[in-house]
Amino acid sequence: MDFDSTNSISRLIPGTLVAALLDANAVILLLAVLGVLAGLGTAGQILRRQSRVQVDSAIIRTFNNRVVAWLTTCVVLSVTMMFDRWVTVVFFGLMSFWALREFITMTPTRRGDHRTLFWLFVIFTPAQYVLVALDATNVYTVIIPVYASLFIPARIAFTGETKRFLERTAKIQFGLLICVYALSHAPALLYLQLKSWDAVSREYLPWQGSQAGLLLFLVVMVQVSDMLHFVWDRLGGRHVIAADVNATRSWEGLMGAAFGSAFVAIIMQWLIPVTPFQWYTAGLMGLLISVMASSGSMTLSAIKRDRGIKDYGTLVQGHAGILDRIDSICFAAPIFYHVTKYFLQLPPAEVVASSASWMAGC
Amino acid sequence: MMEPQFKKNRMKQVSIKILVGLAKFFSGATIRWVGCEPDSCQRVYFANHTSHLDALILWASLPRTLRAITRPVAAGDYWLGGPIRRYVSGLFNPLLIDREKVRVHNSPIDMILREIGNEYSIIVFPEGGRSLTGEVGTFKSGLYYIGKKRPDLELMPVYLDNMNRIMPKGEFLPLPLLSCITIGPPIWLDPDEDKNTFLMRARQAVLDLKEA
Repeated sequence: MDFDSTNSISRLIPGTLVAALLDANAVILLLAVLGVLAGLGTAGQILRRQSRVQVDSAIIRTFNNRVVAWLTTCVVLSVTMMFDRWVTVVFFGLMSFWALREFITMTPTRRGDHRTLFWLFVIFTPAQYVLVALDATNVYTVIIPVYASLFIPARIAFTGETKRFLERTAKIQFGLLICVYALSHAPALLYLQLKSWDAVSREYLPWQGSQAGLLLFLVVMVQVSDMLHFVWDRLGGRHVIAADVNATRSWEGLMGAAFGSAFVAIIMQWLIPVTPFQWYTAGLMGLLISVMASSGSMTLSAIKRDRGIKDYGTLVQGHAGILDRIDSICFAAPIFYHVTKYFLQLPPAEVVASSASWMAGC
Repeated sequence: MMEPQFKKNRMKQVSIKILVGLAKFFSGATIRWVGCEPDSCQRVYFANHTSHLDALILWASLPRTLRAITRPVAAGDYWLGGPIRRYVSGLFNPLLIDREKVRVHNSPIDMILREIGNEYSIIVFPEGGRSLTGEVGTFKSGLYYIGKKRPDLELMPVYLDNMNRIMPKGEFLPLPLLSCITIGPPIWLDPDEDKNTFLMRARQAVLDLKEA
């Protein structure tokens, strides 16, 4: 970590916010997103009050709930980004902690798992985020998939409770992987050393824009994708993907959201660039994020259906289900993180070539 | 002379706030009142019992005004077992019962009723001990005698969900999972009801809240 400048107390004061994480473009993008969401929220409220409108009230209620959730996320994220990077890291750490407790509460474990689970909450979750804040890339990318995933089965074996051993191990590993490891890659984006391609000198120069650009891009694209999925499912959904998992998610929604997100990403990159991507890289990233976000929602839905729960929020009444809100970002974050790292090391021509060969490989 | 006493009280108030905050955070408890409302009238909350923290968490989840007049009945040998537990138990003001000394002639019921007078509500766990599996065991007769000697008290069934995973019997470190406390409509002892029927009915009232 860069101790001399980024860690100084003065950065904690909102008065210096532009110097900390956000630049003019990032602020404009945030304001635009907040504006659009506020507009949608108002429209939803008006629709709800007009009983004569021939729209299913359940759809409007779902829509309104989502808009409120997106708006809350954006407002909280905007506030955390006014401070130093570690504040955003702490914010995501708390979300991970809460999501993990929802996940483990829902997942049946046995008495023998108690102390293993204690390690999860008290050691691995905080350690992952501390390492992200320390920018220890080589450690935080392996601590959970390598150390924790070997530690968990060993610790359970040491307790001597063998019933459904593999099933219990897998559940705990999965929870830690999705709720903590995957999500921690979102704030880790703040620490990437970004470069942008300079067409004149034909070489990479350090990116001068906002530190928070990539994270903003990810969060906004996930929300755009969710929104487009919702709209396409309602308007053009004919072929449901898997009715047992989710009765409304359709192939039309998936494709519409993926290509719609790519389109929005390109427009965004053109109007208010917050990332060092080329326009086509931005488009590809939008597509990738959307597909991953849909996959995340489907996966977590499948787990919920298996457990016979509709929302993680109704698991224990009165709690807003954090896991319901972050399932898409959990899947998109690590893939976006690694693909970004990979792409930003290549000159643009090779970017195109490598993505083409990657597509052909699929 | 007044000042040190005042400071001590203030310290205690802050400690209580911290304790309540910690208990609420680590238990992730949601409290639901089904068919009843929080009320300052004298009540007996009776709940299923799976962990040593049950009494503390249920007490901490009550509204602040009710916390001040509600005393959990808890195991003296546990809560006086060390300096930290002793300090914490001083904060939530439990009625401590020494389980070793409970005899027919030395019934804790009289002591409890004497202590609460016409002022306090209490939290009791009629199973007598903590359940290992989370199943609700048979009720001991204490609740029946409370109902018989003080027919004016409202007997409130309470179901504690998931507490056995937060701190199972035999573990000493709590896990920060989510839990749910459901409080149901009060029951009373019918004048001509025998002990076993009443205890079965009370247990069923707790079990019914599982699905409420």
